[in-house]
Amino acid sequence: MVDHTDGAIADCIAQYRAVPGGLLPLLHALQARLGYIPPDSVPAIAKALQRSRAEVHGVITFYHDFRDKPAGEHVLQICRAEACQAMGARELEAHAKASLGVELGGTTADGAITLEAVYCLGNCACSPSVRLDDQIHARVDAMRLDELLADLAGGVGR
Amino acid sequence: MSLRIFLPRDTTALALGAENVALALREEARRRELSVDLVRNGSHGLFWLEPLLEVEQDGTRLAFGPMTVAAVPGVLDALAGEHAEHPLYLGPTADIPYLQTQQRLTFARAGIGDPLCLETYRKLAGFVGLENALGMDSQDIVNVVTESGLRGRGGAAFPAGIKWQTVLDTPGQQKYIVCNADEGDSGTFADRLLMEADPYQLIEGMIIAGLAVGATRGYIYLRSEYPRAREILEVAIARAGAEAYLGASIRGSGNAFDLELRIGAGAYICGEETSLLDSLEGKRGMVRVKPPLPAIEGLFGMPTVVNNVLTLAAVTTVLEKGGDYYREYGTGRSRGTLAVQLAGNILRGGLVELPYGATLRELVEDYGGGTFSGRPPRAIQVGGPLGAYLPESQWDTPLDYEAFAGIGAMLGHGGVVVFDDSVDMAAQARFAMEFCAVESCGKCTPCRIGSVRGVEVIDRVIAREHPAQNIALLHDLCDTMEAGSLCAMGGLTPHPVRSALAHFPEDFS
Repeated sequence: MVDHTDGAIADCIAQYRAVPGGLLPLLHALQARLGYIPPDSVPAIAKALQRSRAEVHGVITFYHDFRDKPAGEHVLQICRAEACQAMGARELEAHAKASLGVELGGTTADGAITLEAVYCLGNCACSPSVRLDDQIHARVDAMRLDELLADLAGGVGR
Repeated sequence: MSLRIFLPRDTTALALGAENVALALREEARRRELSVDLVRNGSHGLFWLEPLLEVEQDGTRLAFGPMTVAAVPGVLDALAGEHAEHPLYLGPTADIPYLQTQQRLTFARAGIGDPLCLETYRKLAGFVGLENALGMDSQDIVNVVTESGLRGRGGAAFPAGIKWQTVLDTPGQQKYIVCNADEGDSGTFADRLLMEADPYQLIEGMIIAGLAVGATRGYIYLRSEYPRAREILEVAIARAGAEAYLGASIRGSGNAFDLELRIGAGAYICGEETSLLDSLEGKRGMVRVKPPLPAIEGLFGMPTVVNNVLTLAAVTTVLEKGGDYYREYGTGRSRGTLAVQLAGNILRGGLVELPYGATLRELVEDYGGGTFSGRPPRAIQVGGPLGAYLPESQWDTPLDYEAFAGIGAMLGHGGVVVFDDSVDMAAQARFAMEFCAVESCGKCTPCRIGSVRGVEVIDRVIAREHPAQNIALLHDLCDTMEAGSLCAMGGLTPHPVRSALAHFPEDFS
C-alpha cells in the first residue's frame, strides 16, 4: 500500500512538475489515483515544484475538492444554492443528514457514503439537484434520494 | 431505411434519465427489428421537456417529451401510425413556441446535432468566423469586435473590444487567452449548455481572440462541478487539434494557438478573474488588487484576455456576420443577445436567448409559465447569489445592464431564479452572508469577517433581539462591505441582503 501511494505521488509529480501552474492538475491527478491527497505527499510535491510546504498545504486546504483523508465509497453532494433552495433543497439536506446520520462533510459509519455540500451543479432548471459520484440527478425529493441510496445499497450502482 | 432519432446526452437530460431512455430505445428497436440511427445531440435548452426525443421525418424533426422509459414502446408505435395522438407528442421541434420565438445567435446550433462532430459544426456555418479572421490583421479583428458593441457576458459587462485592444497594444513575450468557464452562480447554466451542445464554437472564439491580440496559448478554466462538459471539451479539443484548428499552424496559416483545459477545484471565488488567474498559476485562488489589469499583467504576469464562455462564443457570430449585424440586436448600450436562464421554482425552466430589452415578467410568465409549485411567485433573484431579490413591482424592468443598475440590481450572467410565496426572505438574506463566509478567499477583511458578522447579525434580527438596532448595524456592515471589499464577492453580497430587507421587511419582523 505504501509503495502504491509513493508510486502514485512520484508519477503525478513526474507528469506535472514541468507544467506551468501545474499544482492543481497534479493534485487532481493524485486524488483521482488515491482518493485523497496524503499529507505525507506535501514535502515531495513542494520540493519538486520549488514551492514551500506551507504553500502547497495552503493550496490543498483552500479548495473544497481536495481532501486529506479518503472519502466514503460514494460521495453524495447536495446542492445548497438558491435555485435548489427555491425547490426544497433545505428540506432535502435535512432529510439526507437524518437518513444517513451524518452532518455535511461526514461519512457514514459503514464507510459507504460521504455527504457534502455543493454550490450549484448547473442543473438549475430542474432543481433540486444532487451529485452522486460523477452522476448528476435532477428533481430529487426525499423519496427520490431514498431510491438512489437504496440502489447503491442494493449493489445496483449507478 | 433506418429511423433517425435524437436524444441528448446533456447534463440535465442525463439527470432526468436520458441514458435509461436510450437503453430502452435500443432494446425496443432490437426487439422490433427496427433499424434506428440514434444521435446523441446536445440539448436545445428546453430543459422542462428533457429528455426530449426527436425523430427526423421528411426533413422535419418531430419532438416527444419529457420522455420516460415506459413511454418508449408507445412512441415507437406512434411513429408507425398517428404520432399526433401520442400524449408526449409536441409537434415539430422548430414550432415549439418556447424555441420558435427566441432569436438565437449563440445558441443557434445547440441541440441540432452531435456536439463533437466537426462535420456537423462546419455544415452549420462553423469556422466561418475563423476563416474570416485568418484573412484579417489583428487590429481589424479587434475593430470588428469593438464595433459590435459586445460586452462581457460573465457579469461585469465590460466592453470586449476595449479589453482586446489593451492586450493587443501591450507588449509581451507570451500573451494568453483565458476562458472563464467557472460558471458558479446558482441559476446559471448557459455556459454549460454551450460547452456541452456546441463546444467548437467556444474553441473557435478562443482561436479568433488569439489571432486578434497575438496570443498563442489559451486555457479554459472549467469548474469541477461540470463532469460532462469536461468529457466533451476534452474530446473536442483533441479533435480540433487533429484537424489543425489548434497547434503550430492553424489550418496551415502559420498562426499558432494551443489550448489546454484546466479543472477548478470547487472554489466559487475562482470565477472572479484575478482569483482564477492565481488558480491557473497553481496557487490559492486569491483575488488580486487591480490595477494592474489582467489585460496588462495577467496570467504569469503577461497580457491576458479573460473572457466568459459566452463572450468568446459570441465573437464567432461577430466575425461571421460582422459587427454591424450583431449590433442591430439589443437596446441602449446592451447590444446583441442575452442568454436568459430560467431557474428555480419555475414551470418551464430552460434557456431563452433574446435581444436585450425584454422584461423580466415576459420571461418568467410567457416563457417560464409561472412557478413549478403552482403557488404565486414572490421574489426573483437575478444575476446569481450576488444579485438582488426583486419584488413584483420591479418585474417590468427591461433586461439590460443599465436598466438593472438603475434599480440597484444587476443582470450579471443572466440567471433568473424564481421563488414562490413560501420563501422566507430573512433566510435568503442569511444565506447570502453564509455563502460569502464559505466562499470568501479571505484576502480582505470586509468580506472575510464581514460575512461572518453578517450571519450573526441576521440571526439576532431573526431571533427578535433588538431588531431595530441590529438592522441598523446590518446596514452599517453592508456599507463597509460595499465600500471596502477588494472584489465583487464582498462588495455585492449586500445586494441580496439589502434588497430582501427593503422589499420584504415583513419577513424580518
